Amino acid sequence: MTGVLTTLVDILSQPSILVAMIALIGLIAQRKNLSDTMKGTTKTFVGFLVIAAGAGILEVALLPFGTMFQEAFNVAGVVPNNEAIVALALNEYGSSTALIMFFGMVVNVIIARFTRFKYIFLTGHHALYMACMLAVIMAVAGFTTIPQIAAGAVALGIIMTLSPAIVQPFIRKLTGNDNVALGHFSAVGYALSGLVGKAVGGKEPTSTEKINFPKGLGFLRDSTVSIALTMVVMYFVVAIAAGPTFIEAELSDGTNFLVFSLIQAGNFAAGVFVILAGVRLVLAEIVPAFKGISTKLVPNAKPALDVPIVFTYAPNAVLIGFFSSFAGGLFSMIFMALAGSTIILPGVVPHFFTGAAAGVFGNATGGIKGAVAGSFVNGIIISFLPVFLLPVLGDLGFANTTFSDADFGVSGIFFGSLANFAGPVAIVISLIVILLLMAIPFKKKEKTA
Amino acid sequence: MKILAVCGSGLGTSFMVEMNINQVLGELGITGVEVSHSDLSSATPADADVFFLAKDIAEGGEHLGEVIVLDNIIDMDELREKVRKMAEERNLI
Repeated sequence: MTGVLTTLVDILSQPSILVAMIALIGLIAQRKNLSDTMKGTTKTFVGFLVIAAGAGILEVALLPFGTMFQEAFNVAGVVPNNEAIVALALNEYGSSTALIMFFGMVVNVIIARFTRFKYIFLTGHHALYMACMLAVIMAVAGFTTIPQIAAGAVALGIIMTLSPAIVQPFIRKLTGNDNVALGHFSAVGYALSGLVGKAVGGKEPTSTEKINFPKGLGFLRDSTVSIALTMVVMYFVVAIAAGPTFIEAELSDGTNFLVFSLIQAGNFAAGVFVILAGVRLVLAEIVPAFKGISTKLVPNAKPALDVPIVFTYAPNAVLIGFFSSFAGGLFSMIFMALAGSTIILPGVVPHFFTGAAAGVFGNATGGIKGAVAGSFVNGIIISFLPVFLLPVLGDLGFANTTFSDADFGVSGIFFGSLANFAGPVAIVISLIVILLLMAIPFKKKEKTA
Repeated sequence: MKILAVCGSGLGTSFMVEMNINQVLGELGITGVEVSHSDLSSATPADADVFFLAKDIAEGGEHLGEVIVLDNIIDMDELREKVRKMAEERNLI
């Protein structure tokens, strides 16, 4: 009997098998035929193993960077990158992440069904990353396995519903309707950018779309290209600062220090590419099932979709927002260096996606001035939030990478501080209070978690 | 016959467009078309017969061959119109 039990535990503690089972349940619930069911289940299973393989590539590429940075500047330098931190975390928290994601989606549907927040969060990869961060934070807070998953799932469901709700007033302004929502975990930055835009825009703001921009920055939209190029620049700067003697003696085994850095930077981009391929395989079956089931259960559901949906409304604001957000990141980096804290290096990917959207919202409320000021504020936010997030991530806080987008910082710091303040009990109480507040049917100012 | 929806990271937007294309094909009663999604880096002309891209990455996807650009990626009416036109050109309806 114990033999059977240990086998069962072995099976369920393998995240790849667990996620495959979740996909299988979804496929059966949709009454797919045998061929589709087999295909979907197998792809999900393999996808999770692909993510783990990508994590291996990333780890090898990131370690020398941390060592060089330490040698060069005597402080820790962190490159925020969701894919990187999630892949590293999944080694230890894979099963709880998978379960939190699955039940978090269930909680999202329940909240949408019974409260006035009708948002169904369909950006699968962000749900996965948030589930992963919550798994880590709940474990660090001192929850044991089952409560960790329960608290994580309720927290995830709440965040999946509230994040789109915060941005919705600005989405209404932008699109002129209330049919879709934004499902991207940097909502705090977007809402702030919209507010900043309102504050600086003045009476008759000029829209960014009146500017004629030269084309030719399209290569930045290709994430592999932009990640590789930024990492090459960062690696070179740090390598030159650390000096060839140190690198060739300690790290590269005699290989020229710049050649070594170039290859490591390329490996980083390769690792992210592999992880994304894995994430795509994992989500391919789970998201449509989630969408199909939720539209049946929730009347008037608003799908919350990935951030590029807002880019088409103001292509110029996208570029302005990216540069302005990146400038905010550089400004913050200099500030951190002077203050002697951990240094958050501006990553091109988070600044591109969140800065671009912040630019679009800032432009919607305050024209050119709003786009510039709003996304600059966004750049500062996504630089400083990770600093305060690091201490609540336990051992993961010592990796050379961390979560990048604003909502990860806000919710992580919120739950992490509660745990430091009064342990798991405080987290449970806060979740119940938030749920009760959300259940109030009439118009009330909702607190953001 | 294969259709590929493409976006910058190949995660959210292209996935949504894929689901919407499937829905439209269902409405039109067209079967036997395989729809999938991908990121701009991985997409090659050999991957599909027709590619759907959002306006903001259209310049990066010119090499793909038959590209259909969506001005507003959340507009189902625009998608219906463009999928129908494509299907008529290929005698699928």
